[in-house]
Amino acid sequence: MSAAVNALPLRFRASRLAALVKREMRDQLRDWRVVIPMAILTLFFPVLMNFAAQAVINYVNQYGGQVIAEAVFPFLLMIVGFFPTSVGLVIALESFVGEKERYSLEPLLATPLSDVELFLGKVLASVITPLCAAALGITAYLAGMFFIAGWFPPLALLGQIIILTVAHAVCMVSAAVVISAQTNSVRAANLLASFVIVPFALLMQGESMIMFYRMYNELWWVIGAVILLAVIFIRIGLRQFRREELLSREVEELRFDRMGSYFWHCFTGDARTPLAWYRRAVGPAFRRTLPAIPWTAAAFVIGAVIGVVLAERFAFPVAMLQTRDYKQEFLKSLEALGFFTPGGTWMIFSHNVQAILIAFVLGVISLGIMGLVILMLPIGVISFATVTMARSGTSAWLFLLGFVVPHGIVEIPAMLISGAAILRVGNCLLAKPDGRSLGQIWLKALADWLIVLLGVVLPMLLVASILETWVTPLAAAGVLGW
Amino acid sequence: MIEANGLTKHYERVTAVDGLSLRVGRGEILALLGPNGAGKTTTTRMLAGILRPNAGGARVAGFDVLTETENVRAAVGVLTEQHGLYSRMRCGEYLDFFGALYGLPPAERRDRARNLMRDLRLEVDSDAWLAEFSKGMRQRLALVRALMHSPKVLLLDEPTSALDPESARVVRDLLRSMRAAGCTILVCTHNLSEAEELADRIAIIRRGRLIAEGTAAELRMRMLGPAVFELRLAEDSEALASVLDGLAEGIGRTPASIRYRAADPLSANPEIVRRVMERGGKVVELREVTPSLESVYLQAVAEEGAPAPSREGI
Repeated sequence: MSAAVNALPLRFRASRLAALVKREMRDQLRDWRVVIPMAILTLFFPVLMNFAAQAVINYVNQYGGQVIAEAVFPFLLMIVGFFPTSVGLVIALESFVGEKERYSLEPLLATPLSDVELFLGKVLASVITPLCAAALGITAYLAGMFFIAGWFPPLALLGQIIILTVAHAVCMVSAAVVISAQTNSVRAANLLASFVIVPFALLMQGESMIMFYRMYNELWWVIGAVILLAVIFIRIGLRQFRREELLSREVEELRFDRMGSYFWHCFTGDARTPLAWYRRAVGPAFRRTLPAIPWTAAAFVIGAVIGVVLAERFAFPVAMLQTRDYKQEFLKSLEALGFFTPGGTWMIFSHNVQAILIAFVLGVISLGIMGLVILMLPIGVISFATVTMARSGTSAWLFLLGFVVPHGIVEIPAMLISGAAILRVGNCLLAKPDGRSLGQIWLKALADWLIVLLGVVLPMLLVASILETWVTPLAAAGVLGW
Repeated sequence: MIEANGLTKHYERVTAVDGLSLRVGRGEILALLGPNGAGKTTTTRMLAGILRPNAGGARVAGFDVLTETENVRAAVGVLTEQHGLYSRMRCGEYLDFFGALYGLPPAERRDRARNLMRDLRLEVDSDAWLAEFSKGMRQRLALVRALMHSPKVLLLDEPTSALDPESARVVRDLLRSMRAAGCTILVCTHNLSEAEELADRIAIIRRGRLIAEGTAAELRMRMLGPAVFELRLAEDSEALASVLDGLAEGIGRTPASIRYRAADPLSANPEIVRRVMERGGKVVELREVTPSLESVYLQAVAEEGAPAPSREGI
């Protein structure tokens, strides 16, 4: 960046951004396809919700269910706020690709507006109008509820719903703007919108349950997660938005042959022998995965802490633990699980691979987060079991030494590496752009994951499964004196 | 003011611009010609700081298109092939918006818009809706937009394609006055007569590569060889027989006229006329047949191995 551009005063940049936002909002307010739905959702919908609330009151009062009615009011408040913001999704999906279709994008790209100003301008313009409509709708609903039932939410709850509404809008809009900047037609953008709508439908269902159960303290966690998601989406947008991409793509077509060829190139590293593959593909992919390992390790530590906390909270009665015949149970389970047989080794190995594949699928659709949660579970179970055994009088160290360490010394690092690779795939779009397209970035991360899985994790898991089948039972029996 | 060196742009497996180098000086108009898909639009997009070259580079208005793109965009006025106006805006709002993006104060935005609209004879109210503009009005408004910030460099894609002859003349006059004021102008066009009339130099590209560059006269000489002359007599005559021997190459003959290519017309033409008159021929006219730029263009863009274009148009 040149000195001249760096020297641009913030006031000047803000005025350019304001000019863009003003134009976009003016355009929206002159489009009847935006204004009419917005007016309906702002003026008519809250009144409809007031009638719905009144109907609920009348119904539940017949059975003395006032509590139910009070749980419904905040839920309807959230819905009244959410619906107008959904219009923002439509506006945002059209933001870049619509201009491209109407040929008005290129003159805009030719102006001195920076990529950040363009992206933020489009996001702000898509958020402000729907949020104003949401605020009006919420006000209308609250006024109606006050007159109908004399109900007004506690200020904390009102604050929660306002924050949630803003976070929903920012999340959806920033994701939609990213989609709009990456597609070549409004039709394609609308089709891809399901990647925003479906997760938000699930999120809304979860939030609705929380509202119905009046778990308002827990709602803060959801609010925190949605705000985090909004920040992540904005970061993805700022990182990946390049005006270059908007005009470069003229043909919108999934070229599986090119995708396959690029993936194969990344996966093999153009190596011809397994040894060369380890040198040219596995080594570099593993090194690229290393920076994610501290995050995965932190997640495992959290998993262990949660296990300890749960063991304390839901402790088995000590007497019950002491009266059980663990030796018999241990021997039975060894027999049932096929220990000391190749079948047992295969069963443990395939179970671990299944867990990694499930973690991968969930990680891909949740920025890596759910993948880590899946891999944290066994760690939580180990710490839960360790604390529980300690409560029964068995030394925690002896338990770990006998039941976990013999195979865990290989399996836990394998899971750690696998978690890091999954986290990288989930977060690949957050990486600093390096001239590659989003598809290439994703395919490269996917190839790295598969390289690490096949080249590092699976061999380690195989060794761990052998140790778990043949060594761990002996070690466990040894340390416990059986 | 525009210096491109080895400018290259790939779209996946297609090379749109391949090592293009060109230079346009201050106060100069360069016409960029080439068939559809030759890479003209991609070239202007790279010079405008909209697309990033894969290789090579360029300096526009003193700024590097790779590292100083915002400065490049601030210094360049771009007229895109598709005007893409915002149909739900009024004329005044539209120009005010773009003026604001270029950092012009409100009063200056109004003055610039009014003056440019007057210069381009765009006689509409600033409250007029853009959706109601004709194609020619849209083109002129797009040009006003490109000129709002008094750019040092203009990149114009087909600036007169939608205009009637009178409006096109107005636009050409404006471009000439801007050239006189020191503005550097690159015009992409398929209108060859306009290119010849307007441009100081012409560059022809094909498949992203520069294949010919120079003034119209230089290109004619380079592409079509020495000048062609036509000598006409008052009536059919045998006086034309063998009259070119040792002086020029004949390329066509009728009983009353002859066409020939002369490498050295200053010495050949008087001698040819003398020979004809000696043989009793009555010379009515001797004129240079200027080959059209279209012939030059077709010759330049003809694929290697393909037959050369007919000289019928000469």
